Amino acid sequence: MTESIPHNGAPHKPEIESVAAATASQSAPDREKQALYTSSQWQLIWRRFKRHRLAQIAMIMLAFLYIIAACAEFIAPYETRRDFKGFVYAPPAKIHFFDEDGFVGPFVYGLKGGRDENYQRIFEEVKEEQYPIRFFVRGDEYKLWGVYKTNLHLFGVEEDGQIFVLGTDRLGRDLFSRVIYGTRISLTIGLVGVFLSFVLGLIIGGVSGYFGGTVDEIIQRMIDLLVSIPHLPLWMALAAAVPRDWNSIQTYFAITIVLSIVGWAGLARTVRGRLLSLREEDFTIAARVSGVSEWRIITKHLLPLFTSYIVVAITLAVPGMIIGETSLSFIGLGIQPPAVSWGTLLQDSQMIVNVALHPWLLIPALFVIVTVLMFNFLGDGLRDAADPYSIS
Amino acid sequence: MLAQYIGRRLLLLIPLLFIVSIISFALIQLPPGDILNMEVLRLRSAGTQISEEQVEALRQLYGLDKSMPEQYWLWLSNILLEGNFGTSFTYVKPVGEILAARVPLTAAVAIFTALFVWITAVPIGVYSATHQYSLIDYFWTFISFIGIATPGFLLALIFLWVAFVLFDISAIGLFSQQYETAPWSWAKFLDMLQHIWVPIVIIGMAGTAGLMRTMRGMMLDELNKQYVITARSKGLTEIRLLVKYPVRTSLNPMISTIGWMLPSIISGEVLVSMVLNIPTTGPVLLQALLNQDMFLAGSIVFILSVLTVIGTLISDILLVWLDPRIRYEGMT
Repeated sequence: MTESIPHNGAPHKPEIESVAAATASQSAPDREKQALYTSSQWQLIWRRFKRHRLAQIAMIMLAFLYIIAACAEFIAPYETRRDFKGFVYAPPAKIHFFDEDGFVGPFVYGLKGGRDENYQRIFEEVKEEQYPIRFFVRGDEYKLWGVYKTNLHLFGVEEDGQIFVLGTDRLGRDLFSRVIYGTRISLTIGLVGVFLSFVLGLIIGGVSGYFGGTVDEIIQRMIDLLVSIPHLPLWMALAAAVPRDWNSIQTYFAITIVLSIVGWAGLARTVRGRLLSLREEDFTIAARVSGVSEWRIITKHLLPLFTSYIVVAITLAVPGMIIGETSLSFIGLGIQPPAVSWGTLLQDSQMIVNVALHPWLLIPALFVIVTVLMFNFLGDGLRDAADPYSIS
Repeated sequence: MLAQYIGRRLLLLIPLLFIVSIISFALIQLPPGDILNMEVLRLRSAGTQISEEQVEALRQLYGLDKSMPEQYWLWLSNILLEGNFGTSFTYVKPVGEILAARVPLTAAVAIFTALFVWITAVPIGVYSATHQYSLIDYFWTFISFIGIATPGFLLALIFLWVAFVLFDISAIGLFSQQYETAPWSWAKFLDMLQHIWVPIVIIGMAGTAGLMRTMRGMMLDELNKQYVITARSKGLTEIRLLVKYPVRTSLNPMISTIGWMLPSIISGEVLVSMVLNIPTTGPVLLQALLNQDMFLAGSIVFILSVLTVIGTLISDILLVWLDPRIRYEGMT
């Protein structure tokens, strides 16, 4: 955040000189420079963004996660509610490549559950049963995007065998499949929540700005207050008021609304602050002095720069929403079963003895952490790129 | 000047607390039906015979037959004049009594956490900036990324798991067993200090992570300035130079971080206390919400918000007192 120093006119001078130089002699590096000076703002932003290696990796990983969310039914080998009798708390599958006779490609052994002398659950691999892992196998039926009825899955084993990539939970349901399905709610609730917050912020901010005076003052105090009181207790109280008998979709939107009712203020304040500081920038004043119309200043000078700031603010607001949903679902006030999100999956790890015996129950936490981390990296990269005229 | 500043801030506090009270009261009224419905249902399902007249009598007792603004005023004036937060239906006790032991603990955890965040983040930030791109700098960068991305309750879960696997400790809590129900004593206090660092470190992790990045960035900006070069050329020792100028300048913007630190600490505390089984307000809030014990839940939200707002105010005033330059920023 400190790397981007607002432009102050000083760096422009050498630019003009080198543009002149570039037109004088058209050598290759000069042409490249000229391309830089004539490129549009978005090209500059993209250039700057490409230099940010972590942000690029984050963008690719997030795109990957959202693709998973979109095709959850296809990627998950099993349906979320399919419980395997006799496979309660099975550990993550060991994927083998070699058997006694040498290389045979990826496969899993059959599992046999039992109890040891302390009456603890144990699972043993049955060496006689080999189930090769195949791509595009037929399994549980589903409707992809609610349209195509199919039973094709990205990978899996034959019907007699089971593959539990991340183990199973207390009802013998495949954790990997559930995490994949959970991606859908956990990832979209962040985006939808931020979008709603943004719309709320725009409307309230618009009202505040339009009426000005006392209304503006009250709304600003309201924002100050919402930013300065702890969010989680408010979220909890609001989420607790969502009727338990609502269906998954109703609950989903209710939780999204709960998150954004409290969360809009922070976003609104950032955006407002940015807009006000942009209004005071030298180039805005210069344009106004040169007799450019207000409308043209807004559309031509403020809006493009402002859009990039909004993108940054939104990206950085998503992790808070994701963590909010996870927290609420974790304590049982958020998404309700049978719907799955990463937070509801973590409910099983509330009992620490459970986690100690079946540590794979904590794996959904890893997904939360990675996603939040990626959004932070992406936001950092975008923030540096958002002001492409600054010195870096 | 200082008195004027404090006076202005105190004056601003009144509308703020007023809005907080309205929000809290709205939360109490939020569940469908009135507060009594849940209680009557519970009594009936427990086999207690309760007639409509009795329900009506209860309704009058709690003032539920009055209009909303009247009820709000009754609720607020009871709190302000008598310290009476209403009655919890599940505990069958006054809310104030339930929270009396828990609110101070919440405040203690929050204050200690805020101190922990500052005490750790500033030196780490300074060290990372002066040793930029060193192995230790990269280490702290890594830690800060993890700290920012991991919500406190997940850290607490992971901590519990590690503690269980490595040391066979299954519950953390805030007191050893023999002190749990004992009245407050010096020994109990010492016992608490032995346990309280766990939630403090876990809740403070996110704040420390964010603050050390800010401190590092501020320091890096300052370190390249000419006055540092001048001071160095004058032959000032490196440590003296650092502490005397760039660190002090960098600390200034850190002050604004208090505004977001306290709310996030209190938020974090609610969940971490639940996971670590610490007897603060957090676990009671969840239970109250699950049971729709709304007087209790609303009071906790109210108290937590008021604590945060007042805490932020006190830290603001303290810092203005420490550094008079900030006062002018606040005045404009």
